[in-house]
Amino acid sequence: MSQENSTTPLTPEDKPLVIAGKTYRSRLLVGTGKYKDLDETRLATEASRAEIVTVAIRRSNIGQNPGEPNLLDTIPPDRYTLLPNTAGCYTAEDAVRTCRLARELLDGHDLVKLEVLADDKTLFPDLVQTYAAVEQLINDGFKVMVYTNDDPIAAKRLELMGCVAVMPLAAPIGSGLGIRNPYNIRTIVENAEVPIIVDAGVGTASDAAVAMELGCDGVLMNTAIAGAQKPTLMASAMAKAIEAGREAYLAGRMPRRRFANASSPLDGLFF
Amino acid sequence: MIEIQLNGEPKQVASGSTIADLVEAEGLGNRRVAVEVNLEIVPRSHYDQHLIASGDRIEIVHAIGGGQETA
Repeated sequence: MSQENSTTPLTPEDKPLVIAGKTYRSRLLVGTGKYKDLDETRLATEASRAEIVTVAIRRSNIGQNPGEPNLLDTIPPDRYTLLPNTAGCYTAEDAVRTCRLARELLDGHDLVKLEVLADDKTLFPDLVQTYAAVEQLINDGFKVMVYTNDDPIAAKRLELMGCVAVMPLAAPIGSGLGIRNPYNIRTIVENAEVPIIVDAGVGTASDAAVAMELGCDGVLMNTAIAGAQKPTLMASAMAKAIEAGREAYLAGRMPRRRFANASSPLDGLFF
Repeated sequence: MIEIQLNGEPKQVASGSTIADLVEAEGLGNRRVAVEVNLEIVPRSHYDQHLIASGDRIEIVHAIGGGQETA
């Protein structure tokens, strides 16, 4: 999506986000789940100013509501970069199958968000299955953005395998707990030569800003917006938090000090 | 008639039906879907040539709202 209606210009010092050779102005990626209806999905997605939008692939309803509205009319593929995900997959085989169906569905579009889950209580990734799926998908020509733990070793390995972006969780999916391990996220960012996008765990705007201040290249979220009391307003807040956090990262924060340090000069006091 | 599995449910279709016939009969002809037969993708351009066989396991899928895990 172009950003003609964006009020905030790209920070001059910044380089744009590039994923698999394509340039994006927005560093906020959003999901389209959990909204009350497609109208709310559209309004929140527009307010987020996201250009990359994730969608899920599911069985079509057979014998019911053939006329029901279609997500792809709300989030048109010519306006957004659609990112089909493998949510709900617990094996490499199911994830690869889902990606192939998505590629057919989207006329050969080969950018996918891989997540292979290990258990339904934590929704933490199964890395053994994730590695296996990454290998098969890359061999099959996919460009893989991969969900993983906040584990610097796993993140680097996934990068070296050829993933176009690595997406560590900040906290469990849908938990809204924020950045649970900022030191690991920072280490992942420092080690990386592909975009690092925090995927999952952000709860509110300050969490998104923290992720960006740590140097992440972007944040992907769904529940933090869709689960807010006013999703469209939260989407707008998130867009600003991402930009603010990015600028703060580029600005370089002041050092932390244990004690006070006066900001008014002490010279020239008259008492 | 022959029996197939469509999206996990048993279904009868006329013998000689193609994927195009099935997609149309399900009211999905003008919708963006993808079709898999026995774990193999059937490209859209092949729908009207691909004959359905007895016992085929057919999946018709589409895009829905989702972000992270939404199952």
